[in-house]
Amino acid sequence: MTRSLRPLMATTLIFLFAYMLAVLQHPGMLSTRVLGNFLTDNAFLGIASVGMTFVILSGGIDLSVGAVIGFTTVLVAALIMWMNLHPLLAFAIAMIVAAGFGAIMGAAIHYLKVPSFIVTLAGMFLARGGASVLSPDSIGIQHEFYSTISKSYILLPGGGRLTVVGLVMLAVFALAILLAHRTRFGSNVYALGGSETSAALMGVPVARTTITIYALSSALAGLAGIVFSLYTSAGYSLNALGVELDAIAAVVIGGTLLTGGYGFIAGTFIGVMLQGLVQTYIVFDGTLSSWWTKIVVGVLLFMFIVLQRLVFRAGSRRP
Amino acid sequence: MTDTPVLEARGVVKIFGQHRALDTVDFAAMPGEVHALLGENGAGKSTLIKILTGAYQPDAGELLLDGQPITLRDPLHGQGYGIGTVYQEVNLLPNRSVAENLFLGRQPTRFGLVRRHEIEARARQLMAGYGLDIDVRAELSEFSVAVQQIVAIARAVELSGKVLVLDEPTASLDRTEVQRLFGVIRGLKAKGLAIIFITHFLDQVFDLADRVTILRNGKKVATQPLSALNTTDVVRMMLGKDVAFEHHPSSLSSGARGAVRVQFQNIGRKGMAPFDLAVHEGEVVGVAGLLGSGRTEVARLMFGVDASEGGTFEVDGMPVTIRNPAQAVAAGFGFCPEDRKLDGIFGDLSVRENIIIALQAKLGWFKALNRDDQIELAGRYAEALDIRAANHDMPVRLLSGGNQQKVILARWLAIDPTFLILDEPTRGIDVGAHAEIVRTINRLREEGLALFVISSEIDEVVAYSNRIVVMRDREMVAELTGDAIATDAIVQAIAGTPQEVRA
Repeated sequence: MTRSLRPLMATTLIFLFAYMLAVLQHPGMLSTRVLGNFLTDNAFLGIASVGMTFVILSGGIDLSVGAVIGFTTVLVAALIMWMNLHPLLAFAIAMIVAAGFGAIMGAAIHYLKVPSFIVTLAGMFLARGGASVLSPDSIGIQHEFYSTISKSYILLPGGGRLTVVGLVMLAVFALAILLAHRTRFGSNVYALGGSETSAALMGVPVARTTITIYALSSALAGLAGIVFSLYTSAGYSLNALGVELDAIAAVVIGGTLLTGGYGFIAGTFIGVMLQGLVQTYIVFDGTLSSWWTKIVVGVLLFMFIVLQRLVFRAGSRRP
Repeated sequence: MTDTPVLEARGVVKIFGQHRALDTVDFAAMPGEVHALLGENGAGKSTLIKILTGAYQPDAGELLLDGQPITLRDPLHGQGYGIGTVYQEVNLLPNRSVAENLFLGRQPTRFGLVRRHEIEARARQLMAGYGLDIDVRAELSEFSVAVQQIVAIARAVELSGKVLVLDEPTASLDRTEVQRLFGVIRGLKAKGLAIIFITHFLDQVFDLADRVTILRNGKKVATQPLSALNTTDVVRMMLGKDVAFEHHPSSLSSGARGAVRVQFQNIGRKGMAPFDLAVHEGEVVGVAGLLGSGRTEVARLMFGVDASEGGTFEVDGMPVTIRNPAQAVAAGFGFCPEDRKLDGIFGDLSVRENIIIALQAKLGWFKALNRDDQIELAGRYAEALDIRAANHDMPVRLLSGGNQQKVILARWLAIDPTFLILDEPTRGIDVGAHAEIVRTINRLREEGLALFVISSEIDEVVAYSNRIVVMRDREMVAELTGDAIATDAIVQAIAGTPQEVRA
């Protein structure tokens, strides 16, 4: 087994084990209803985490994700409610704006040789500030399309509901897995994370790949913002505060090495689900403060960073 | 061999600042030959290689491929012309599979998706051609450096296939791995590739190469078939025999030696044979040996940069512990390292700050030297060593190499040392300053300091050493004193004549 698979296996086992424990305590948690809600409630985080996975795999970081989500909810709401555009057109515009924003950040990172941390931090302030300038107050979205979408779902056996936003997230993960593991672009992303110098010497188009990675991350954050607006039927500049940190946590818990080069999209999925599981457990328990989610995520993150250290140190001794 | 070289450099010149790294050098690689490129550090080997592969552009002269002039923008461009390079440190992706490393950038795809099975099958086939039966799906980093080198060679040959440049590929391989690699290289040579082989292991050159080109100080010394040469000839050509400096045995070895200042007993570590050495008051022990012979390693062990495995240190008869440089400084040692810019100077700090830094470190955090003391100290040593700087508050990086070296010397003299280690003190310094450094070393010796000086220039070592230690294969193999100190004797000792034949 490749050693980079080990953290992924660990995450999967921990998820299954934790779910089992939760079910033993609250048998109600083992139902398609709960599973369906898992997907719906974490859809925006999941989609944003996919973009974050590509960024981290390439050895970078994207701190602008939460702000881009917030900005997109406001932009979509403004386009629909103020400009009377059809939501689908508003979505398309929002995605293009987000992707362009990401591409500019990627270009700054590559051409100006500024660390991604700084560039995306600036991006975070810009997007959050831009959203507040557009509208400091929450804009409610009333549109037929929105009510249709939020009412449509696939009924799962056992009464669970697979909503549109849940489906969108699953589709994003499926496409992202193909993109990461089966395309030249995916190989180039891993190559950048392994060693940028080697990658350049081996003919990887570093500039194009870097720009595409950040454009992809922001576009997915835009999509996450759309999903968020569908979920809440509103646009608000302070939406999704700090979501970039939850996304980073999901990526790392999912077994991706924070320094880049190793990891799997599928791991991120489990990382997101693990966070969802903790939240659901707290709801079922009823007595725990919801802040326990943060504590559990903190402990898990720490565990995984230690685990990766051990795995990669042990691995390097093989002849 | 045919008569047209595959890759030829004619009259190539490369200038960095005021330094001529390469001075009208001619070089030609024939198809089906292994052409070794030899030279000490700073001889211009890596500059020439970088020009041949496209990493640098020559300031004058031209490159010809199959007799046609070409201009290379970068290594990728060179690769397109058929010139592939494998570096000492494998420039592949440790985190990806062998197959992926072989095919990155040219994966066969269908509907945009990479055809993984095809890549793996082709990779297996390719590796089998090199006599390797390995799991091509495993990560590259799981394999030994030798296997990684072969993968790198396979990729380079696949992509370029005319000229293969091997830049010290054997530096981190053991003997059987070297043989395995040589087998691969001989196979490629039989296929008609031109192979340019850079190494500092002479036995490997004689084992593998057909011809050798020797560079010294940016100039070509010779290109000759190896069948006509022996080790001594090669060493002599590499180290040169200018008569710029004369040894004066009478002045150096006459009279009683001073007391022993520092004594090293059984100091060594993995990959470096233990050595014993005593350095006396007013004595310069010179070290001669080729690059990679272990000269720098000895200096690092002495100064505690690398901790010795066992052995004892004594200063003026008292045992001391030296496991890190701070302890070495406390024991009164000073070290001017080989790479001045990287390990020696603090380029952005002023001359004054660079001079007082070791003394300040020795005094500790709470006894800060006040500004007047600093100015006084800097002024005193700048005058003593004739450091030429417009003022002592200018950044050291703006000084010339010779003056930078003197600043580092001043730094150590300020702590009133018992023992100074100088690793290549004259590297990259122009001729005038060169003679001045040598004079400074002589003067410090006369003032009673114990010095240990490493240099690749034999004539220079001869000029200031009371005693010369010769190193070969990470071992001190000979010690010359008094009248025995002569350039020829040293060359013989370095070459290990009568010529040894080793695998």
